[in-house]
Amino acid sequence: MTVKEEREPLLSLRGVSKRFGAVRALDDVSFEVAAGEVVALVGDNGAGKSTLIQVMSGTLVPDTAEVRFDGREVSLGSPADASRLGVATVYQDLALCDNLDVVANLHLGHETHAAAVLSEVEMERRAVGLLDELSVRVPSLRTPVGMLSGGQRQCIAIARTLLGAPRVVLLDEPTAALGLVQKEQVLDLVRRLKARGLGVVLISHNMAEVFAVADRVIVLRLGRRVATLPAVAEQQQAVVAAITGADGGIPVAAGGFA
Amino acid sequence: MSLSTAPAPQPAGGPPDAGGGPEGSPLKRLFAFSSLNAAKLGSLQVVIGLVVIWTVFALAHDRFLTATNLTNLALQIAAVGTISIGVVLVLLLGEIDLSIGSVSGLCAGIMAVLNVKHGLDPVLAIVLALLAGAAIGLLQGAIVTAFGVPSFVVTLGGLIAWQGAQLMVLGDTGSINVTDPTITGLTSTFYPAEVGWALAAAGLAVAVVATVRSRRSRTAAGLPVGAVAWDVVRIALPAAVGVAALLMFGSARGVPLSVLIFLGLVIAMDLVCRRTLFGRHLFAIGGNAKAARRVGIKVKRIRLLVFVLASTFAAAGGILAASRLLAVNQASGSGDVLLNAIAGAVIGGTSLFGGRGSVWSALLGALVIGSVSNGMDLLALESSVKFMVTGAVLVLAVVIDATTNRRRDDA
Ligand SMILES: Nc1ncnc2c1ncn2[C@@H]1O[C@H](COP(=O)(O)OP(=O)(O)OP(=O)(O)O)[C@@H](O)[C@H]1O
Ligand SMILES: [Mg+2]
Repeated sequence: MTVKEEREPLLSLRGVSKRFGAVRALDDVSFEVAAGEVVALVGDNGAGKSTLIQVMSGTLVPDTAEVRFDGREVSLGSPADASRLGVATVYQDLALCDNLDVVANLHLGHETHAAAVLSEVEMERRAVGLLDELSVRVPSLRTPVGMLSGGQRQCIAIARTLLGAPRVVLLDEPTAALGLVQKEQVLDLVRRLKARGLGVVLISHNMAEVFAVADRVIVLRLGRRVATLPAVAEQQQAVVAAITGADGGIPVAAGGFA
Repeated sequence: MSLSTAPAPQPAGGPPDAGGGPEGSPLKRLFAFSSLNAAKLGSLQVVIGLVVIWTVFALAHDRFLTATNLTNLALQIAAVGTISIGVVLVLLLGEIDLSIGSVSGLCAGIMAVLNVKHGLDPVLAIVLALLAGAAIGLLQGAIVTAFGVPSFVVTLGGLIAWQGAQLMVLGDTGSINVTDPTITGLTSTFYPAEVGWALAAAGLAVAVVATVRSRRSRTAAGLPVGAVAWDVVRIALPAAVGVAALLMFGSARGVPLSVLIFLGLVIAMDLVCRRTLFGRHLFAIGGNAKAARRVGIKVKRIRLLVFVLASTFAAAGGILAASRLLAVNQASGSGDVLLNAIAGAVIGGTSLFGGRGSVWSALLGALVIGSVSNGMDLLALESSVKFMVTGAVLVLAVVIDATTNRRRDDA
């Protein structure tokens, strides 16, 4: 059931292992995402999804791993390494400053300035352009983000990564705790990232949305990659079986990229 | 990746320019404006509170609202208000500095000893005292950032330790009289009203030019500009307050230098907080330190700098207090200095929990506390009553703030 991909992966990892004491959070896992592809990373609680995302975002150094970006061997020793390569992460907790407005949050840590004085007009202009292009709506760009809805906040957090011109965006459960309409808003945004040619990695527990936006599904169970499936409706049963281990726990097409 | 690739499909039913801020009806623009100024709305409550307090004391004592007494009030609050500026910065960061009272006393002591006992040039003595304050802040900030110790504990230790240092610096006499005209002149110099008018006119001109330029550059960038009326109000209101203050100062002793110093520091730090990279990062850390660290903001460096600033402002306040009281003694900087400086910042509308507030709350809070204290002095109330009323005002201010301002943020 391997998805045959012609494209060269943009970001690929091989032999990723990470132990926390006795827990094997990741055990010889491989992973790959191509430009313009949405890969859903699924698995039960504690399967190792967040751990793998942390490795890719440079916040967690694995015991072993071989990382290639754009065909070159690279190291992901720190978040700075990741952002230099163009790997941007939207964390589960969003990491927004509720007291600051939309423009400030979009530019947080990368403010436009002239001699230490903020260039508000320039930042607002870029914010308008970015949100416009992504069709993200907020009541006002000067609203503190603490007053926005969950979906709007999520969109701001995702949009923020784009100001750094990334090539891969990692999304850790971006739709958890969102209502139906807001969820759709975020998924729309994911589709737009794909249309722009970005590689997108999406962690989700929601099968419906996985099959709605993803191209491929990679299933982790107990720290191992147990299945790689095309995200087509017919495969939904197989994905669920791989997540729960109802397929007998035999790794199905593990590492099946190309 | 360029931002111009792949024209995004518009979601059904939305205006194509929906991301572009407040467009459309004037009502919508009005809403956008008011949410923009949520912090200023908090200040408005304090202003109303101040009007109430002034009305009460004006009715209770006919000398309260005289130019002489209000000038006195202004002189009384300059020192503690200056210390409060540092408190606001620390609170915005989401930290606290309990050592500011002791630091103000110690640094005033250092200035007095250098000038009076060692015959040092007064300006040099003042500069060295300010540097001593900065060094103290650097030490405390370094301990907080390097070991991750709560600032509450570190500066509580500082409160006690620097008080000890103050006793040591002052020596056996325990009290030093400050007579140098440069130092005492900080709080006893009054300029004719014309100087005040000239400064006010310059300030007004700067505000008008800045507003016009901001509107121009927003229009040039294709961004919405608010109604002209709002900009006029925004400039005219402070201008009206300034005119009233100048008329008041003019009909008494003139415009006090210490008030100009205090006001200048407030305006400067307010601009630093709202307009600079440092200020933006300060608010970001206060709002969500983890997020700030993740996006690469130099959290430790900014924490350190804020503790340095807080202690330096404490030193400056201590110097102003010494200048006004013409002496530094063992009690300088103790008693209610610390509490009033912190209470002032909080009453003025700066949150204790970081990331919300304004430097202007140092001035507003000092005015509230100063007015209550001054009014009760006029009424010759006992200090027992003064303490209780000041405490009650603090709690009341925080309760009003919690029930109105914060609820909007929780929503
Ligand atoms: N910092 C840590 N220290 C110790 N154990 C950890 C740590 N982080 C993760 N683990 C363990 O590693 C395993 C994988 O955790 P991970 O957070 O990656 O799971 P997940 O797939 O993201 O689960 P969820 O769906 O609940 O978010 C779990 O058993 C977890 O307890
Ligand atoms: Mg997780």
